[in-house]
Amino acid sequence: DRYPGDAPVPKKLMSKYQRGKKLHTKGARTHHGHVKLVQNEKKVTMAVKQAARSERLLQEQSGFMIPEDGESTTNVTQSDIVQAADITTAQKHFNLELTQFGPYKAQYTRNGKHLLIAGSKGHVAALDWLTKRLLCEINVMETVRDIRWLHQETMFAVAQKQWTYIYDNQGIELHCLKQPNEALRLEFLPYHFLLASSNATGYLYWLDVSVGQKVASHNTGLGRLDVMCQNPQNAVICLGHPTGSVSMWSPNVNEPLVKMLCHGAAVRSVAVDPTGNYMATSGVDRKMKIWDIRKFEMVHSYQIGCGAGHMVFSQTGALGLGKGNIVEVYQDPCRQQLTSPYMIHKLKTTVNNLHFCPYEDVLGVGHGDGFTSLIIPGAGEANFDAMESNPYQTKKQRREAEVQMLLDKIPVEMIHLDSKMIGKVDMKSFVERVEENNKIHFKKPMSISYEPKHKMKGKGSGRKKEQRKRGVIEEGRRQTVKELVKDKLQEGAQGRKESSTAVSKSKGVLDRFKKTET
Amino acid sequence: MKIKVLSRNPDEYRRETKRDIHKVQRNYDPKLHPFEAPREYVRALNATKLERVFAKPFIGALDGHRDGVNCLCKHPTSLSFLLSGACDGEVRVWNLAKRNCVATIQAHEGVVQGMCFHPDGRSFLTCGLDKVVKQWGISEECTINEEPINTILGKSVFQYMDHHQSENIFATCGQQVDIWKEDRSEPVRSFTWGVDSTHHVKFNPIETNLLGACASDRSILLYDLRGSTPLRKVILSLKSNAIAWNPMESFVFTAASEDYNLYTFDMRKLSAPIMMHMDHVAAVMDVDYSPTGKELVSAGYDKCLRIFSVDTSRSREIYHTKRMQRVRVVQWSLDNKYIISGSDEMNIRVWKARASEKLGMLSTREKASMNYNEKLKEKFIHHPQIRRIARHRHVPRQIYSLSKEMRIMKESRKRKESNKRRHSKPGAVPYVPERKKAIVKEVE
Repeated sequence: DRYPGDAPVPKKLMSKYQRGKKLHTKGARTHHGHVKLVQNEKKVTMAVKQAARSERLLQEQSGFMIPEDGESTTNVTQSDIVQAADITTAQKHFNLELTQFGPYKAQYTRNGKHLLIAGSKGHVAALDWLTKRLLCEINVMETVRDIRWLHQETMFAVAQKQWTYIYDNQGIELHCLKQPNEALRLEFLPYHFLLASSNATGYLYWLDVSVGQKVASHNTGLGRLDVMCQNPQNAVICLGHPTGSVSMWSPNVNEPLVKMLCHGAAVRSVAVDPTGNYMATSGVDRKMKIWDIRKFEMVHSYQIGCGAGHMVFSQTGALGLGKGNIVEVYQDPCRQQLTSPYMIHKLKTTVNNLHFCPYEDVLGVGHGDGFTSLIIPGAGEANFDAMESNPYQTKKQRREAEVQMLLDKIPVEMIHLDSKMIGKVDMKSFVERVEENNKIHFKKPMSISYEPKHKMKGKGSGRKKEQRKRGVIEEGRRQTVKELVKDKLQEGAQGRKESSTAVSKSKGVLDRFKKTET
Repeated sequence: MKIKVLSRNPDEYRRETKRDIHKVQRNYDPKLHPFEAPREYVRALNATKLERVFAKPFIGALDGHRDGVNCLCKHPTSLSFLLSGACDGEVRVWNLAKRNCVATIQAHEGVVQGMCFHPDGRSFLTCGLDKVVKQWGISEECTINEEPINTILGKSVFQYMDHHQSENIFATCGQQVDIWKEDRSEPVRSFTWGVDSTHHVKFNPIETNLLGACASDRSILLYDLRGSTPLRKVILSLKSNAIAWNPMESFVFTAASEDYNLYTFDMRKLSAPIMMHMDHVAAVMDVDYSPTGKELVSAGYDKCLRIFSVDTSRSREIYHTKRMQRVRVVQWSLDNKYIISGSDEMNIRVWKARASEKLGMLSTREKASMNYNEKLKEKFIHHPQIRRIARHRHVPRQIYSLSKEMRIMKESRKRKESNKRRHSKPGAVPYVPERKKAIVKEVE
């Protein structure tokens, strides 16, 4: 065999599947512990390698558009794509003309199979968008502010004029949620089963839809909360404010976790990319900025013609913008500085909503005249994981998946900026434990390397600070006085000594001839 | 312009016929699996809670004996049969699968002190306080012949006996350790060391020429069949009630001591035990190893059974029942699934070795799911909430209060020693590990 053993796996691929850094196995205190650590590390490396090698088994390849010399992708229209592609793909581009019931909002389910469209004047419809088979079509007879699918295509939530309603996929009203009042925007956190809603009076409200109980409600105090989006990696809600700042909220903390000043003018829309690393914000000052959320630094800043009212990221990192009646798609704006959009589409009426279809190369646009589905090559994730969301699931699989999701429901207390916090050592309580242990004399003292916390408890108040300052100055003065006194005493003593020695010296006539002691 | 749009052929994603299994495509990209750590934590928490929900170790009791059970013996070739000897001289054969008594025989006039099977499983030997060793024949269906094949009259009382792993040799102990060959009526060899009696003897299952014995002068003796004098002796602080050899490591044995602990020794270095297992609150009466050699079960005078892992000092499990009184003997079945205990109230109890294990045939999906849960529990064992749930056991009130007392006593002893150390010259009071304190002396 000319190439014995396993095929080598490229390092970049390994690093994609490596979660975190490799463990230092040198730190174990006992031999037994060291052996266990080393064995575990071996298993982890093997798992990473197998995952990296399994990439070869993925069936589909993502879509692309490669321009020839002189051409650019920006000029490609939907009709060009429809002509170039096959029939099934051509079917994915369609237009629903619904002029009667006001500007439309659109949302796809998590597996990209079903679509929910709702007009502001009350028309709500749920359908399978590829076969155009209607699940339900109702008119709620009230203003519809926002819509959201819940965890599966069996239920959806509609934020109506006063209250929020939850409907079955057959259009039957299941629940009426009196809290939150006058919800403006809704967000569903699928792994926590939380429905987050923002209020016109500045309240953020989280509801657990599996149990039906309120989890948290915070009075943000920041006015009308019109702009909201969730960070898919850590389930934190990002709000945009007319002051130009973006704040991030978790249901556990009463104050915003982070407050960033993003724009000099009002923030018009916020979007977080699916990896949770980047956030795109656009403001009335006609700028679109890309921020690195983990370092809270600006990465890129683009000048766009007018404020983008709607922004949404696709699964592969493409950013869709809706400005006025134009829809622009930028491919990978976070990691590269782009000069022109990837694709542009012009509509007759203003864009009201954008949503990329998961696992498909489709962008759904809700606008004043209805709904349009656009084909964006390369926007969807080619290979789905059936254990997460399966577009081809049967009824039985759907029910099993629902049960599994409920069993794996993450408790609310774990929503933090760092979702991996549960896997890290809780240094604070560990340090406390070590200190307690070391106080007990008959236990073996534990030594760990940590920076001792600079404890200012009870020492921080202004009055105490002043007192301490004064005390220090007093102490200094005392010292100097002491030293002075000491010196003086010494001098005095020396002087006396000298004088005494001088007296004891007898004057003799022949002193001149005595040898002086050197 | 090259344009390719993602389009899937649904036939590749759906099953062809109703009799196929569903196709499940996987993509292990971390981007598609957010919240990995919290989801795994939730699953580990659920797995730990379910383990506690399904932890029902007691299977059944075999009753029939009319006096306390003094010794148990596993059948060497069949998993269903068990032999037990009682304090009134009765020997019973039990079918563990049907949980009934197959045969019973009045073997001795006094207490049946020791029993051992011949390795081919066709005969077994019993010895008793009436100074007699009897060999009985046992058939395939495990019925015992009325008359013993062989009767050996000894000079002194026999306390225990054990059979060689493969050859026709057995050892008895009492006044001294005697080695017998099956057809002889006199012992082939006798080992003595001092004037004390030995009350427990066990053959090493791997190094079959080695024997370990517990003597009443608080010592453990090691003998070699090939030599004429005993090898070594280690004197502990209190008498050991039983020893058991590790069936996987040829030189490791565990001694169940009267000072509420079990000591695992490496035969080659008897100066300190490799591990001290402490959790009993009364004397440990018997100990047996699991056939994997990784765990051991101990029967305590405090009416409970404790399961220890070989490399930890604290027990991982405690089995107790209101009706179970002082446990005298315990055995771990050879298929690593069951633990059998014989106690003073004439009952033999069968327990599961792993309390929440599902017995019987498991489908591959069940097995895979159980393996996954086991691994999750192992991964998250150090998280405080999960550790709290996994460790929690309901323990009888006496054991609970006694163990609290013992903890206080131990802490006060440690505190006293540390105070002495702090107030004396550095190095005057050295750090001695707990394990070493148990050994009094090692004698060549």
